[in-house]
Amino acid sequence: MSKKITISPEAFEYMEKVTGTDGVEVRVNLPKKIIEQINEICDSFDNDPGELINVLHEAQNQFGYLSAEVQDVVAHNLHIPVAQVYGVVTFYSYFSMIPKGEYPISICMGTACYVRGAERVLEEFTKELGIKVGETTPDGRFSINCLRCVGACGLAPVVLVGEKVYGRVSPDGVKQIIDEYKKADGGSC
Amino acid sequence: MSHYKMHLLVCAGTGCHASESDLVYEMLHDEVERKGLNDDVQVIRTGCFGFCEKGPIVKVLPDNTFYTQVKPDDAREIIDEHVIKGREVERLLYLDPETNEHVIDSKHMGFYKKQLRVALRNCGTIDPENIDESIARDAYMALGKVITEMTPQEAIDLIKRSGLRGRGGAGFPTGLKWEITSKNQSDRKFVVCNADEGDPGAFMDRSILEGDPHSVLEAMAICGYCIGASEGLIYIRAEYPLAIRRLKIAISQARSYGLLGDNILGSDFSFDIKLRYGAGAFVCGEETALINSMEGHRGEPTNKPPFPAEKGYLGKPTCVNNVETFANVPVIVLKGAEWFSSIGTEKSKGTKVFALAGKINNVGLIEVPMGITLREIIYEIGGGVKGGKKFKAVQTGGPSGGCLTEKHLDTPIDYESLMAAGSMMGSGGMIVLDEDDCMVSVAKFYLDFIVEESCGRCAPCRIGSKRLYETLDRITVGKGEQEDIEILKNLGSVIRDTALCGLGQTAPNPVISTLDNFMEEYVEHVHEKKCRSGQCRDLLYYVISEENCTGCMACTRVCPTHAISGERRQPHVINQEVCIKCGACMEKCQFDAISLMKDYPREVQLTTK
Repeated sequence: MSKKITISPEAFEYMEKVTGTDGVEVRVNLPKKIIEQINEICDSFDNDPGELINVLHEAQNQFGYLSAEVQDVVAHNLHIPVAQVYGVVTFYSYFSMIPKGEYPISICMGTACYVRGAERVLEEFTKELGIKVGETTPDGRFSINCLRCVGACGLAPVVLVGEKVYGRVSPDGVKQIIDEYKKADGGSC
Repeated sequence: MSHYKMHLLVCAGTGCHASESDLVYEMLHDEVERKGLNDDVQVIRTGCFGFCEKGPIVKVLPDNTFYTQVKPDDAREIIDEHVIKGREVERLLYLDPETNEHVIDSKHMGFYKKQLRVALRNCGTIDPENIDESIARDAYMALGKVITEMTPQEAIDLIKRSGLRGRGGAGFPTGLKWEITSKNQSDRKFVVCNADEGDPGAFMDRSILEGDPHSVLEAMAICGYCIGASEGLIYIRAEYPLAIRRLKIAISQARSYGLLGDNILGSDFSFDIKLRYGAGAFVCGEETALINSMEGHRGEPTNKPPFPAEKGYLGKPTCVNNVETFANVPVIVLKGAEWFSSIGTEKSKGTKVFALAGKINNVGLIEVPMGITLREIIYEIGGGVKGGKKFKAVQTGGPSGGCLTEKHLDTPIDYESLMAAGSMMGSGGMIVLDEDDCMVSVAKFYLDFIVEESCGRCAPCRIGSKRLYETLDRITVGKGEQEDIEILKNLGSVIRDTALCGLGQTAPNPVISTLDNFMEEYVEHVHEKKCRSGQCRDLLYYVISEENCTGCMACTRVCPTHAISGERRQPHVINQEVCIKCGACMEKCQFDAISLMKDYPREVQLTTK
């Protein structure tokens, strides 16, 4: 079991200029509150390096994505090299280092959806929003990514916007889905 | 459950959930309450019925009435007509596509007739969030029997005799795996349930966990008793939030009933289960990669031996089994090894769950005895190919598997026969392809998947699969040469022989299998620059019809490469050598004079040469 070492927020502000205790130079540009939040998450898993993936899941849940700074703090708390944390974050497709859009659009690219035309649907989304897979629109409202099978193969091709599932989506129906959210924004303002 | 006169079972699996089955449940529930029927009628949310094509499903017990595609607004009619007046709501019944008649109960539906539900026995029957309903269906009886009446070795022998083999893909005998793990001495051992169902198009493990989580928990405890482990871990994909939620509920209920935790059922056997989450890496389905991932590392596989049975999680002996494998265990204990081994073929016993998807009428989850033929699955259970198109192939085993074609339709399906046909059982994804699917593109699709999911640890998989993908890509865009087909063959066999783990070794399977069965399509792509299915857009040709073209010049102005020529008021011609197939001309033409053709038309050839 690892030793419990939690870095105080003050220490991080100090470390902005100096080399950390484990010989790694740390530049952390995060508000105190966020650092405290990360410390709490790591604490809840006993700062156990074996729980790294669970820690990252929780952090991504709270912050929406895993910035380099967040990874720095996690690495220090779990007492492992930042490279290891970065290695894990970039290995698993579920973890993201860029913020997702307000309405994250996920297109299922599982085999069932693929043979029922998901590729064309994806193409239509990228054309309509002017961004590529893995990107977010400049206004931060939409992002596109692909996922592999949500298991709703009966509804193929499937598109998710946030948690909402759209089944049997055709390329022609793409604009309508996007408009639904554009309108929702306009209405609330 | 006995004091209610009637039960309304609403499917709450992911498929039906996506089409608002939770609203259907709420409306039914409210309506029952409003009519004061609470004491007689119970509305239950259950796991997946399997018939995802026609969801949301509502089933009425005791008469087995099977309502399909139920909308929230239909709730009132079901209560008023069926529950109160005893008349079926005909328009919601399943319409048999052959006889064009409504089928009243599920037992008479073609989809269910040939099925034998063992692993899915409780899916769609019980409320997975209520342990009492599971117990009413004999959950934890098998655990009780094993702990109180059997020694670990007796229980292992029982599983060995049953002939149960791993349902995750390779088909390793389960009893043998348990025996090996039990013989390795250690202070700590682990039981791991592999619920990292990464094969795109397969969703049986998720459905079992969502519909009957207790069967898996019980089997893990039985395994723990057999191999001498007191800790269990379930490695589950983070993409399955509903299954995770139901597992958490099930674990805490089992603990509160003393069915997990210290001194289970008053014995000196203790066993508890924790969850570990995957984070979207296909390779983590491989057991050594899964163990690395559980330890908080990158999910990279390691060399075997040592096998996890010797050195697994935290370096301790670990028994890794798949969800569906576990779901079979309690039934085997209760009904006996002989009962189980009476089902199936000589070497593959029991049943297998398949996720039937793609171009088929009845998409869904099916469980059939081993040895059933592909024809029975596709035409009797699956209701045939969608839209009356011609059947082309079935892809089984996901990215590690291969294609079965028309000539395999009457082969009995088991581990060996699929292997002999150049495919594999895999986790049980079954994607039906019709004449509109291009087999080269399908191979490319899977290679794209492999390239993305390769962990990068060994060169054959990291570099080789990328080269395979590039070669396939060349062929689909019309730049392929005869040499490319040779490259695919040679590279494929090198990767198969030299890659580190199962993912890499099986990565070329989709290519090798399509080459074996559909060589003529590859040859067409390469030599004739033609895709018979019309799926490869780069191999289609824009052609101007002489009859419809008015010579308005609109297309010549939008063509970015000046490929269109022709005098005003004269039919135009597209120079195929210059055309980049952007489609701008077709969009612009107001006279429907431009169309896409699969064949390189002769007259066009003449004009370009």
